[in-house]
Amino acid sequence: MTRETLARLILGGLLAGALGLSLAAYGLARRDVIEIHGRMAEAGGWTPAALDATVGQPLRLRLVADDVVHGFAVGQMDWPAINLLPGRPVETMLTFDRPGRYTFYCTRWCGLGHWRMRGVIEVAGPGAAAAPAGPPLYVQLGLDLDAPRPASAAPLPEGRPSASRGAALAVEVPELGEPRGESPAAVWQALRAQAANESFDDAELWEAVAWLWRSQTTPAALAEGERLYAANCAACHGEAGAGDGVFAPELAHPAEHTQMGAGHQTQAPTAFTDPAGMLGVSPAVLHGKLIRGGMGTGMPAWGPVFTDAQAWALIDYLWTFQFDYAASP
Amino acid sequence: MTPIHLELTQPPAVRAALKNRWPQWLAQAGLLAGFVFTILIGLFGPAAGNANFAVIAVWIAWWTALKLVFIPLGGRAWCSLCPIPLPGEWLQRGALLGPASRGWGLGRVWPRRLRGAWLQVAGFALIGLFSAVILTEPRVTGWVLLGLIALAVVASLVFERRAFCRYLCPIGGFTGLYARLAPLALRVKDPAVCAAHTEKLCYTGCGAGYGCPWGNFPAAVRDNAYCGLCFECLRSCPRDNLAVSLRPFGQDVVARAGARLDEAWLALLMLGSVLVYTAVFLGPWGWLKTAAYSVGSPAWLGYAAGFGLINLGLLPALFLLAVWAGQKLSGSRRSLRAAFAGQARTLAPLGLAAWVAFTIAFAFVKFPLVWAVFADPLGLGWNLLGYSADTAWPDVSAFSRLAQAAVLALGMYGAARVAVRTADRVRAALPVIGFCLAATLGLLWLLIG
Repeated sequence: MTRETLARLILGGLLAGALGLSLAAYGLARRDVIEIHGRMAEAGGWTPAALDATVGQPLRLRLVADDVVHGFAVGQMDWPAINLLPGRPVETMLTFDRPGRYTFYCTRWCGLGHWRMRGVIEVAGPGAAAAPAGPPLYVQLGLDLDAPRPASAAPLPEGRPSASRGAALAVEVPELGEPRGESPAAVWQALRAQAANESFDDAELWEAVAWLWRSQTTPAALAEGERLYAANCAACHGEAGAGDGVFAPELAHPAEHTQMGAGHQTQAPTAFTDPAGMLGVSPAVLHGKLIRGGMGTGMPAWGPVFTDAQAWALIDYLWTFQFDYAASP
Repeated sequence: MTPIHLELTQPPAVRAALKNRWPQWLAQAGLLAGFVFTILIGLFGPAAGNANFAVIAVWIAWWTALKLVFIPLGGRAWCSLCPIPLPGEWLQRGALLGPASRGWGLGRVWPRRLRGAWLQVAGFALIGLFSAVILTEPRVTGWVLLGLIALAVVASLVFERRAFCRYLCPIGGFTGLYARLAPLALRVKDPAVCAAHTEKLCYTGCGAGYGCPWGNFPAAVRDNAYCGLCFECLRSCPRDNLAVSLRPFGQDVVARAGARLDEAWLALLMLGSVLVYTAVFLGPWGWLKTAAYSVGSPAWLGYAAGFGLINLGLLPALFLLAVWAGQKLSGSRRSLRAAFAGQARTLAPLGLAAWVAFTIAFAFVKFPLVWAVFADPLGLGWNLLGYSADTAWPDVSAFSRLAQAAVLALGMYGAARVAVRTADRVRAALPVIGFCLAATLGLLWLLIG
C-alpha cells in the first residue's frame, strides 16, 4: 500500500466518522421521539404545534428551547411544568388516559407574546372524552362579557372593606339567586334596599359585601389562586393587581413596540385594585373573560389551560385586591 | 548584545518529526474531520448558540486559544494545523501526500493589483459588521465556515499555491499582523547557503517537500507575517538550512524596513474592531448590542455606519494626526506616508494586548459552556464528560481585571518601545505614544472602569 493510499483511507475514515457518527446519533436519538422546538411566539412559538397521540400509548417528546428560557406544560393536567433552558434538550413522556383535545403551553414569561406559545395534542382512542363541564356560568346566565359595567350606582368604598368586620354586623341578606352572577355593587344595592339594614352606613354595607364574597371561597382556593396569579397574570396585571406588570407599558402602547407583530391589538391591563372598574363586575363575568380571553385587548384565553376549579380559585383571589379577607381587621 | 536565540530543531528527533509529513498531516486530517463535524452541527444542531458545538467550539474555545496561546507564543502556529486550505490544496496538487501528481488547478498567478492585505482588511471589516450574528447564530456560523472552505477551494483551483491563506483569509490577516510579536520563527540558518544554491527547491518544490505554499523564498523571509509554518521548506531544503527557533518577543515589529500601507490599515482596523467589540459585547449599552444584532434594521445601519466611521475614518485620521505631529515636532524629513506605515508597527503590541484583554473578559466565564458542548456535542441531552450545570465556579472577575490591566500595560510598554524604534527621532514617537496611551486608557475604561 502506498503512502497516498494509506492517507486516503485515513482521511476517508475520519470524514466518514464525522459524518456517519453525527447522522447515526441523530437517527438513534430521534427514533420514536418527537422533537418540539420552542421559540418566542414572535419567532414561531412551538414547532410542531399540533401533535397526535393515542390513549394509553406513551408520547415521547424531546423539548428544546431555541432562544430564551421557556417552560412546557399541558393544560388542565396536574403534570408538573418542565423548565427548558436554551439548547438543553429535555425528554419527557406523556400518557393520556382519555381522548380529547389538550393544549400545551409555555409556562415562563418569555416575551410579550408569551401566552401565544401554545400547541394542541389530539388524543384519539377508546374511552369517553373528559366530560364537558357544561356551558360556562356567563353563558348560562346570558351575560354579555363586553358590555360596560360601571359601579357608579353604588357609592364606592374607601380603602379595602374588611370581611371580618362585615361578618360581625348581622346584616340582613336578601335572596340573591346565583351569587356569582351578581356584582359587588349590585349586592350592595340589594343590601341597602333592605329596610332592616337602614342602621348600617355605606362603609358597613361594603364590609358586609366583603364578608359575603369571602364566604364564597376557601383559604385553600385563595392560596391556589395566589399561586396561579403570580405565575400567569402578574407580568401584565402587576404583582399587586394594579395593572402595572412588566409588560404593561408595551401593552398600553403597542404601536411603539414591534415585538408583538402586526395585527395584535392590545390595551393597558386591567387594574384589579380599581374599585370603579371592579365592583360593577360579577365573578361570572371575570370568569368568562378569563376563560374566553379579552378579544382585542391582549388578554389570553385561559380556558384550555386552567381546570374549572383553578379558574374559580383565580377569580376568588382577584377579589382580595378589593376586599380585606384577613381573619381579624 | 546578541538576542537570545534557541534553535528548537537542533535535536535530530525534533527535526525528524517535523520533516516527516505524517504527524502534521494526521493532525490536519483530524482537524478537518472536526471542522466538517463543526459545520454539520452549526447547520443542523441546536438552534441556541450557547448550546451549539459550532458556536462554542469556534468562537469561544478556538478563538480564545488563538489569541491567548497560538499567536502570542507561536505566531502562525495555528496556520500550520488549519484545515481550511487543505481540500483545495489537495485538489490543486492531486494528492493528499507527496508532491503534485495530477492537479486540477489552473495555477494562475495572483493578480498584482490584489496583492497585500487589502482584501483581508475588507474581509475583517465585513465580519465586524455581522459579528454579533456570526458569533451567536449557529446556522450563520455553519455557513461562514462552509463559505471559507469553499472560497479556499476556489482560490486553490484558480490560483497557484495558497492564495486563500495569503490574500483572502480574514483570520490570516489578523494572525499575520500579530505573529510578528511571537518568539517562534522559521528562518534560514545561513543566507549564504541559499544564495549559493541554484535550484531553490524550497520555492519550486521537490520529492521531499512542496514549493513554499505561501509563495515565499525562505531566504528572503524577514518576519513571521507571511510564513504559515507549514515546514515544507524544512522538508525540501537539501542543505538542512532551515531552523525553527525561539527568540525574544516582538523582534519582527521593530524593523523599519518593509512597512506597508495595507498593513498599517489592517493594524488600525484590528485595533478599532477590538474597541468596538469591547463596547458592543462587554459594554453596558444594551441598545448597542441590539443594534449590532438586528442586521438590516435601521439601528444596524447606524451601527454599521459607526463601525465604518470609527475604523476607516476616525481612528486612521487620529493616528495620521499623531504621526504628522511627530514629524513636525522632530523635523523629520521622512514622508508622511512612510512614517504612517512605519509607525503603524506600534499598533501590533497594542492591538494584540487589546485582543488578549478583551478575550480574558469572557474566556474564563464562558469555560463551562465549552465543557457543556463537548459533553453534549450533538445537542441531544448527552453528558459524556460529567458536566453539571450546578457546579459552582470560582469567581475569576478580580483575577480577570488584574490580568487585563497587566496585559494592557504590557501592550502599552511594547507599543512605546516600538514607537521609539520605528520613529526617526524620539520626539517623533511622542504623539504616537500619546495615541496608544489614549487607546489603552479607553480600553481600560471599557473593560475595567
